[in-house]
Amino acid sequence: MTISSIKQTERLSQAVQKIRPSGIRRFFDMASTMEDVISLGVGEPDFVTPWNVREASIASMERGFTAYTANPGVIELREEIASYLDKQFSTLYNPESEIIVTVGASEAIDIAIRATVNPGEEVIVIEPGFVAYAPIVSLAGGVPVPIGTKKENEFKITKEELEAAITPNTKAVMLSFPNNPTGAVMAKEDLLPIAEVIEKHNLLVLSDEIYAELSYDNKHYSFANLPAMRDRTILISGFSKAFAMTGWRIGFVCAPQDIAQAMLKIHQYTMMCASSLAQYGALEALQNGREQVERMVTSYRQRRNFIVKAFSEIGLPCHLPGGAFYAFPSIEQTGMSSETFAEALLKEEKVAVVPGDVFGEGGENHIRCSYATSMDSLQTAIERIGRFLKKHR
Amino acid sequence: MEDKLEILRLLEENGRMDVPTIAKMVDKSEEDVQAIINKLEKEKIILSYAAVVDWSKVNDREGVTAMIDVKVTPQRGVGFDEVAERIYRFPEVKALYLVSGAYDLSVVIDGNTMSEIASFVSEKLSALDSVISTTTHFRLKTYKHDGVVFDDEDDDDKRIVVSP
Repeated sequence: MTISSIKQTERLSQAVQKIRPSGIRRFFDMASTMEDVISLGVGEPDFVTPWNVREASIASMERGFTAYTANPGVIELREEIASYLDKQFSTLYNPESEIIVTVGASEAIDIAIRATVNPGEEVIVIEPGFVAYAPIVSLAGGVPVPIGTKKENEFKITKEELEAAITPNTKAVMLSFPNNPTGAVMAKEDLLPIAEVIEKHNLLVLSDEIYAELSYDNKHYSFANLPAMRDRTILISGFSKAFAMTGWRIGFVCAPQDIAQAMLKIHQYTMMCASSLAQYGALEALQNGREQVERMVTSYRQRRNFIVKAFSEIGLPCHLPGGAFYAFPSIEQTGMSSETFAEALLKEEKVAVVPGDVFGEGGENHIRCSYATSMDSLQTAIERIGRFLKKHR
Repeated sequence: MEDKLEILRLLEENGRMDVPTIAKMVDKSEEDVQAIINKLEKEKIILSYAAVVDWSKVNDREGVTAMIDVKVTPQRGVGFDEVAERIYRFPEVKALYLVSGAYDLSVVIDGNTMSEIASFVSEKLSALDSVISTTTHFRLKTYKHDGVVFDDEDDDDKRIVVSP
């Protein structure tokens, strides 16, 4: 039998066949064929990587740093990550044995799941949430169990919701605060009851804190800092959001030594190491990037304040997101599904937003609007959405 | 104080930003923001609102700009201030700074032609009693002015329109 005569269902793995294509993809295809679209659909900073970082990366190539690095990343970078985490979030990790530099936080999520989850074990995933968590759990043979957070709880997860989702098969909980797409944040007092449940049921926590720096009202509190939680937590973060380095694909993962070394096995056989030029860029970002981060955070905060108030002026109820760069207003009053709303808004007013349902349970009746775009674009987008709402009232 | 700084930075970046927009961004009432701006204007902390213009793109209006290093003899009692005033009063003087180093005053001057600037230097500037010497540098090209990069590739949004 030749390859071409194998049925598609036979030549592809069952695991990959079970994964549905991302709902975001469809909107991308639609929006990218249209002209003059104002996009609030972009999940990345609108800043270009600060020049000193770009320059340092260029210089690393000029000086010939083009070889493989140590599997977990160059030691200088791991040391800087350790002191950065200590200084900004008071989390302590050993750069020698507990930190791995990864190809974006996405790889970090993947190796964290693969290093800890056995086939059939359940991983609780917070939804609305980043679209990759559930598929990555499935690909590893695990079973994603979504918990839909609620608007009335400001999209935080509660102890009761978590308790209700736990079964004897539960292995880990994937937390993601500040959250994409809701912008929800969880303070120390919100996390404490969660930690109690984790300890009671002997679970692990995979905490995706990629948006930690983009916390606007209170300083981010890392889950690993809660009593007894450091030993149960895998901390995932990276440079994409705070340092505007999405295209560089550079992140990191921190965990207690046994888990870190297990993740390192996967990392060394699949990635070998993260790109050396991205690592030298990241090193510069940590050494000399503080002022730029603060400048960008201030700008996001101002735009967040603007968009939430502007939405309320045009009659679109929106909670104040404490972090990330997304507003997640409710469109319930229009009677449209989020998909219908987003599609009609794109066609009639050429504004691209992402329908909330693609982010899973609890996302329906909302749209994700990224405010990481210029003030001019935001103002025009608000005018157009306002006109759209009037028309469909 | 923090609000004042935040408003100043927003206006320094975009002098046309309106009060309702600023108010939303800094989370204050429009009245409060207007009052702060009025006060900043009154105290002459905000001196004027202007556009950054790339004149090289306007036909026949490119003009000539020169930076002139000027050595002067300071005068008893008034130091450099009196000669500085006599220089900055000329409308063709765009900027004037007292500087440290090999010379004393740095004069930026706009004119229509090089000969116009040459005659300003010889007839007006050098004619002042306290001016000892001048060195004139003509600007050949502007890459960046007042923090704005001319023809900045970074300004083009290179992101894909929808992403997770």
